[in-house]
Amino acid sequence: MAYEIIEKNKGVDNLCLVGIQKGGVILAGRLAEQLQSIEDRLIDVGALDITFYRDDLNTKEEQPVVKRTEIPCSINNKTVVLVDDVLFTGRSIRAAMDALIDFGRPAYIQLAVLIDRGHRELPIRPDYVGKNIPTSFNDLIEVSLEEKNGGRDRVVLVTGERG
Amino acid sequence: MFRSKDLLGIKELTSEEIYHILDTAAGFKDVLRRDIKKVPPLRGKTVANLFFEPSTRTRTSFELAAKRLSADVVNFSVPASSVIKGETLKDTALTIQALGADFVVIRHSSAGVPHFLSRIENISVINAGDGANEHPTQALLDLFTIQSHKGKFRGLTAAIVGDVTHSRVARSDIYALTKLGANVRIICPPTLVPAEIGKLGVEIFDSMEKGLRKVDVIMMLRLQLERQGKGFFPSLEEYFNLYGLTAERLKLAKDDAIVMHPGPMNRGVEIATDVADGPRSVILEQVTNGLAVRMAVLYLLAGVKK
Repeated sequence: MAYEIIEKNKGVDNLCLVGIQKGGVILAGRLAEQLQSIEDRLIDVGALDITFYRDDLNTKEEQPVVKRTEIPCSINNKTVVLVDDVLFTGRSIRAAMDALIDFGRPAYIQLAVLIDRGHRELPIRPDYVGKNIPTSFNDLIEVSLEEKNGGRDRVVLVTGERG
Repeated sequence: MFRSKDLLGIKELTSEEIYHILDTAAGFKDVLRRDIKKVPPLRGKTVANLFFEPSTRTRTSFELAAKRLSADVVNFSVPASSVIKGETLKDTALTIQALGADFVVIRHSSAGVPHFLSRIENISVINAGDGANEHPTQALLDLFTIQSHKGKFRGLTAAIVGDVTHSRVARSDIYALTKLGANVRIICPPTLVPAEIGKLGVEIFDSMEKGLRKVDVIMMLRLQLERQGKGFFPSLEEYFNLYGLTAERLKLAKDDAIVMHPGPMNRGVEIATDVADGPRSVILEQVTNGLAVRMAVLYLLAGVKK
């Protein structure tokens, strides 16, 4: 995926990776490491919490827990690559774009996801996909990452477990 | 987590709920540092500010907090002189309901009025001060300010200085600090020691010299000047001499102690000007934090299923 990002943007000039809390932040960090070792230069990496931009405050049972947002550089006229673990309905990405635009006016926003499981509810498509996994709407995708769960990296598809 | 649709007092909150509010407020404090200080979660909601007592600071803080969350705000100011009877209050409540407000922020000179209004379904009531009972958002912003300087509450000693009997801020602060494990001292003239204060688990001192020794936090209360001349203390000068916070007295506290005041201050009455403007004062920070904490309260209540 790192090579795809370099190829599409003809290098890493003007690039900023922004991970969506929580899994996306870890993946953005890993992608940045890859890009840095390939291109031998530092890449800006940020973290974005989209809690305040969600459209389901009143419809969810669990209550919102706010995490940190840290955008280390100006995103004006940059190419911002949003990074998330699973792309599903697209609503998180909609919220993330709204949140991002409050920080500035990027030249481009691109989207990189580890898993695309389909079932989009909005006109949103990823630019970089780790793996497409066809799912049914009620399946649950669990992404475990070493940094997050202390276990090993793995993706588990649990059928019919979603609410 | 958050169970109630209303914020009526600190007394009703669990320590877990208090920490949840403080964590959320930290997120909003970040938002307030950005160029664009507005976020959309309360879009389409209406907040009615209903103030039966004069207030500029609290009302403005709630108004700005609501606007930063993209809510619409209406302000009802009711003349302080008019006596609001039960029937009238009920009519006011029904009016607000008919207007379609989602939140009511209420300040009233009688304790319990917010509780009365909270019986209206589908509206979240936030107590912005009821009589001498509680002023929960002030206590929450005080906690937030203490946490940002001290990092914890357990083991801290805080001294609340002034007219505790007539202070809803003091009452909310006492509930809040004791819930989170801080030691609380009360320093006030013997004529102003509240009845039954011992039940709240605080230590009582009648002199600054004894009470301020080694404290981490000094919370000054506003001396309510309207109460002067009612025999609680001889004169304002006398009060300052005995209970005013001076640079000299501040030395009794720990070296890194912070000085707080809910505002508006009476300089030269309860606090000396050089202390109020000095390096240990966090009084203006409290104002900024108040905005973040009120945003957190509005936001979290909006997420409670009604």
